Amino acid sequence: MIEIIQQPWSWWVSGTLIAAIMFLLLFFGQSFGFSANLRTICSAAGGGKFVKFFDFNWRSQIWNLIFLIGAVLGGFIASQFLSDGNPVQISESTISDLAKLGIAKPSSVQPDELFSIKSLFSLKGFLILAVGGLMVGFGSRYAGGCTSGHAISGLSDLQLPSLIAVIGFFVGGLLMTYVLLPLIF
Amino acid sequence: MKYLKFLIAGTIFGIVMAKSEAFSWYRIQEMFRFQSFHMYGIIGTAVTLGVIGVALIKKYQIRDFYGNPIMFYPKDSSTPRYLIGGTIFGLGWALSGACPGPMVVNIGYGYLAMVVVFLFAILGTYLYGAIKDKLPH
Repeated sequence: MIEIIQQPWSWWVSGTLIAAIMFLLLFFGQSFGFSANLRTICSAAGGGKFVKFFDFNWRSQIWNLIFLIGAVLGGFIASQFLSDGNPVQISESTISDLAKLGIAKPSSVQPDELFSIKSLFSLKGFLILAVGGLMVGFGSRYAGGCTSGHAISGLSDLQLPSLIAVIGFFVGGLLMTYVLLPLIF
Repeated sequence: MKYLKFLIAGTIFGIVMAKSEAFSWYRIQEMFRFQSFHMYGIIGTAVTLGVIGVALIKKYQIRDFYGNPIMFYPKDSSTPRYLIGGTIFGLGWALSGACPGPMVVNIGYGYLAMVVVFLFAILGTYLYGAIKDKLPH
């Protein structure tokens, strides 16, 4: 049994569990939207004194911060107890495309070229992570949600704004993948 | 203890993000290059079950754990906001390989460089709040 759990989980098991988490949160009287936490953290840190957008009762969002802490814990449990230690099994065509950018084939979950501490302390490596994070944080709030709020919750409710946002996610993602990454690496 | 259930839900979410490999930069690259069904299968399954479940909740007016009706609020109608905001998000997603949830799952997994990505995501949200009145919505 534990061997099965330690292998990567199939798409249909994973997708089913994500839907289950969304419904679980609905049954708990809340809704699934992770990036709202970024706004809550700005507010809890006192951002409301300077920017009106952060002046709201952030304590009503504590449940979501607890969910965030759970997500960190889940990552820890997965790495310590539920991993078979094998690298991510991506397709051969992705491996060869990434090789052209100078990124070696997976030896773990994340590429050392981006996420090693050595890369973090290089100027280019730091800027990639910083700018990437900045755009995710800015864009998710501008669009009113991220993958969980729009692609999962919003599309499940057949909301047109969420479909437009998801199209935007792909416009940006394709632009980065095909146009900008070759210039960066 | 009213928060314990959210801790458990978050923990399951973190484990699923890690075990599905959806929190890996490689998987996000594979998705944007259309070279595997994996990520589309995950999101497609979640949305298919989500659409059915939400429709059933609405049809049978199912109530939540506390006995309150489960409500769905339509998002404000706009195109520029979702398209521009979504595009900026997508640029960051493909660069850092992580949306906000997977960022913190990576931190728990041991990828401490993701702390930097997450801190800058908070900064990005702050920046949006500071200039939002000047942006098209």
